[in-house]
Amino acid sequence: MSYKLQFAELLPYWSVLLYGLVFTIVLTIVSTVAGVAVGTAGAAARTFGPGWLGRIVAVYVELIRNTPFIVQLFFIFFGLPALGLKLSETTAAFLAMVINLGAYSTEIIRAGIEAVPKGHIEAGLSLAMTKWEVLRHVVLNQAFRKIYPALSSQIIIVMLGSAVVSQISAEDLTYAANYVASRNFRNFEVYLLVALAYLALAMLTRSALRALGRVIFKAR
Amino acid sequence: MSLVSIRDVRKSFGQNEVLKGVSLDIAKGDVVAIIGRSGSGKSTLLRCINGLETYQSGSIVADGIEVGGAATNLRELRRHVGMVFQQFNLFPHLTAAENVMLAPTVVNKVSKAEARITAAEVLAKVGLSEKMDAYPSELSGGQQQRVAIARSLAMRPKVMLCDEITSALDPELVNEVLRVVEQLAREGMTLILVTHEMRFARDVGTKLVFMHHGKVHEEGVPKEVFAAPRTPELQQFVGQVG
Repeated sequence: MSYKLQFAELLPYWSVLLYGLVFTIVLTIVSTVAGVAVGTAGAAARTFGPGWLGRIVAVYVELIRNTPFIVQLFFIFFGLPALGLKLSETTAAFLAMVINLGAYSTEIIRAGIEAVPKGHIEAGLSLAMTKWEVLRHVVLNQAFRKIYPALSSQIIIVMLGSAVVSQISAEDLTYAANYVASRNFRNFEVYLLVALAYLALAMLTRSALRALGRVIFKAR
Repeated sequence: MSLVSIRDVRKSFGQNEVLKGVSLDIAKGDVVAIIGRSGSGKSTLLRCINGLETYQSGSIVADGIEVGGAATNLRELRRHVGMVFQQFNLFPHLTAAENVMLAPTVVNKVSKAEARITAAEVLAKVGLSEKMDAYPSELSGGQQQRVAIARSLAMRPKVMLCDEITSALDPELVNEVLRVVEQLAREGMTLILVTHEMRFARDVGTKLVFMHHGKVHEEGVPKEVFAAPRTPELQQFVGQVG
């Protein structure tokens, strides 16, 4: 068995691949920020909010965590137009990512909030803070500190899972790889290169998150 | 007029009635020591006073605010009623000074600079001027509890509730905390303490309350009550712990 690697054949497509890489990076960053914001709000609602709101959030979380990401994506992109909500591939991709990470991070952040000793909350309340002030100033920092590694892992899982958005022609790195392979048929080279790019992205994300964590939680 | 007035308060956790009609009057400047066996309802009573626990019937009025009402302004109540806990409950991500500054800046909207001046003042009062920028994890239990007292003091409360504040401390650290409380008492702070420190209750307290089975079983001037307990339950209790 002999196969002659010909990476040179990818060169004409460098701009397509670069665009895909940037798309994936931007998609990851935006959905991380928005997804963690959704997750924080969801976790706050489930732990500190009124019961009815907590139940709505619980339904959202279970719905997302128990269905495949690709089905969620297809539902948003192909299903919602039936209700008159027509989104571009890019918008649908971002939306699906945020909704997905939002659900997982709700559960992760909720675990962090529940791990904060009840006494700290009582101490905050006894100092005349409202429960929302206690949440913001006493609970969240401690909660994030506890669940930061778990949340980091989830962000990387979502980043790698973002490859699925290529299925609705959102122009991410995997979409670029498919595009190139369908033109020059250098499947081996293209997917090897893209696999390495994802690997590098994952490692980079991990160290970036670790560095960010050191800055945010510098105390102690 | 009493600063805290407790009238026939009843409180149940499910089937278990822990407060069976408690009445108590606390005047400004009183140092009330509440003693009793575990499960007698003393901590629950204390937690009812600042609204951490609700109660089913009766009334508690603290500094003119009815505690149990549906529309009770708990924020206003708690600005005047401080609390110190057995487990210190310092916020671990904040330094000693930041712990003290948090409520004044968040609740009273005081500037950071002004809050830090107050923090320096109250931390000096508890003898921890040099630990302002230490994190709780860098402090001993006694030091942490003194920061917790300073944190409560920074809100300038009219009453302080102390829930077994020396029970989680190593024996050699108990006195440094009690000395701070004694100093507060001398300065005229109204204190309600749930405590197992009988000598402290006798020497510093102006009023002793013995709780038994969810009721005030006996109360009076500490020295007199300790010298001649009227009820057999208190006689037995004093015999066991004294």
